Amino acid sequence: MKRYSALELIRQGLTGHRGWDRVWRKPEPKESYDAVIIGGGGHGLATAYYLAKLHGMTNIAVIEKGWIGGGNSGRNTTIIRSNYLFDESAAIYNHALNLWKGLGQELNFNIMMSHRGVLNLAHDEGEMRQLKRRVEANRLNGVDSEWLDAKEVKNFCPSINISGDIRYPVLGGTLQRSGGVNRHDGVVWGYARAADAMGVDILQQTEVTGILTDSGQITGVETTRGTIRTPKVASVTAGHTSVMAKMLDIRLPVESHPLQALVSEPIKPVLNCVVMSNAVHVYCSQSDKGELVIGAGIDAQLSYTQRGNLDIIEHQMASLMELFPIFSRLRMMRQWGGIVDVCPDASPIITKTPVKGFYVNGGWGTGGWKATPGSGHVFADLIAKDEPNRIAAPFTMDRFVSGALVAEHGAAAVAH
Amino acid sequence: MFVIDCPNCGPRDQSEFVYGGEAHIARPTKSEDMTDAEWGEFVFMRTNTKGLFAERWWHATGCRKFFNMLRNTATDEIHAVYRIGEKPPKVDADLPATPAGEASIGSGNDAVKIMRADAEAGS
Repeated sequence: MKRYSALELIRQGLTGHRGWDRVWRKPEPKESYDAVIIGGGGHGLATAYYLAKLHGMTNIAVIEKGWIGGGNSGRNTTIIRSNYLFDESAAIYNHALNLWKGLGQELNFNIMMSHRGVLNLAHDEGEMRQLKRRVEANRLNGVDSEWLDAKEVKNFCPSINISGDIRYPVLGGTLQRSGGVNRHDGVVWGYARAADAMGVDILQQTEVTGILTDSGQITGVETTRGTIRTPKVASVTAGHTSVMAKMLDIRLPVESHPLQALVSEPIKPVLNCVVMSNAVHVYCSQSDKGELVIGAGIDAQLSYTQRGNLDIIEHQMASLMELFPIFSRLRMMRQWGGIVDVCPDASPIITKTPVKGFYVNGGWGTGGWKATPGSGHVFADLIAKDEPNRIAAPFTMDRFVSGALVAEHGAAAVAH
Repeated sequence: MFVIDCPNCGPRDQSEFVYGGEAHIARPTKSEDMTDAEWGEFVFMRTNTKGLFAERWWHATGCRKFFNMLRNTATDEIHAVYRIGEKPPKVDADLPATPAGEASIGSGNDAVKIMRADAEAGS
């Protein structure tokens, strides 16, 4: 793998950029691998990268039905934060945040990580109390978090409307300064390039059509490019988590819903941080291209179509106008949907299953992007050692029998 | 936006309805004898079907009654509406050829559809 650097950029610039290597290979599937990861999104490729780097498992493959990063990795609003209420969630999301901090250097790929700060707004007394409690819980868990009153919110983010005359006035908010946004494609490509360089085969346009077992032990996968033998299969397929598990008659507590987002036409810098509001129900940031990136809640119905309904978008536009009247004449450019697998407790599932060698990482629902490196890191640990580590242990399937849920609906930035 | 044919009120915009989730989940009758695992199955586990799916809807701003609907979750095509207590009717649906596949019309998964079109054009 040729290292990317300023010097290399100049050298290539002088020779017409003809000397760059392929970023990752386009291999033919081998007959067998030590492990197969289903799903070439951020979480799947991060899992492959950490399996190869930390556990020495380089004879592995990532199988992707479409192209890598074409699912939810390319459809999220790229918001990074770790200000969750409970200890279990703070541990895994803060683990991810710490990995994000050095990830661009580690992967030698510009992921455009920008720690510009994430504001979570409060619009009534109850919400203020709840968010202040979350600030204290975050601090106890070593997550940076602080409370801002309305004036301090305005100082930090001048374009926001804190007038007392609006329907839901801004009373204050929490700020996580280490939160921010990054470039989702860059992360996917960076992980793919680094994993590929260690020998991981990335098989795009390859769909898993069946999972093979022999007396309760995984033996391989059937794909549209033939059968691949392997003792370990790890499913990291987000919206299709239930579909994969169903191949082995495993039932999961997730339901798949469309989650929509949209971007505006590009404008000059106007919004310097991420703003999220649960009560008014929208979140927004501005990309480096100048587009506002806007999201909100899921569509209610179960669906796999990667499309949602227009009324959801109308609501989030109305919410955005309340917080930012300055955006009222902006035109919207693109709108899309991704399929998110929502768990009843809004926490992920990182688990072994009754089938030996079959692992599931899913149920991240509406907030998986921020966890990408942490999710891949702990999932690789589970696949290599067949036991969840301290961070992953609260997120196994056992909690849906014991009742020890990690109920994080309150810490989702907007109600889903 | 769905146009849902309420059995009592006729076709109405989706915004009048509230989603009720998977239909035909029977409430356990002998709950005192159930293990934690059986309770977990009833409370949490869901079929989450990709394909023909029976679901409940509530006409919140109309007749305020629940009813069932049969919809293809791979395309969002609505196939039938029927009353609570009735069995789902038999219908023909355009289902994906593979468990995780995409139907020819109705899926927004361009990554898969564009590459399939490219492959067909090339072959």
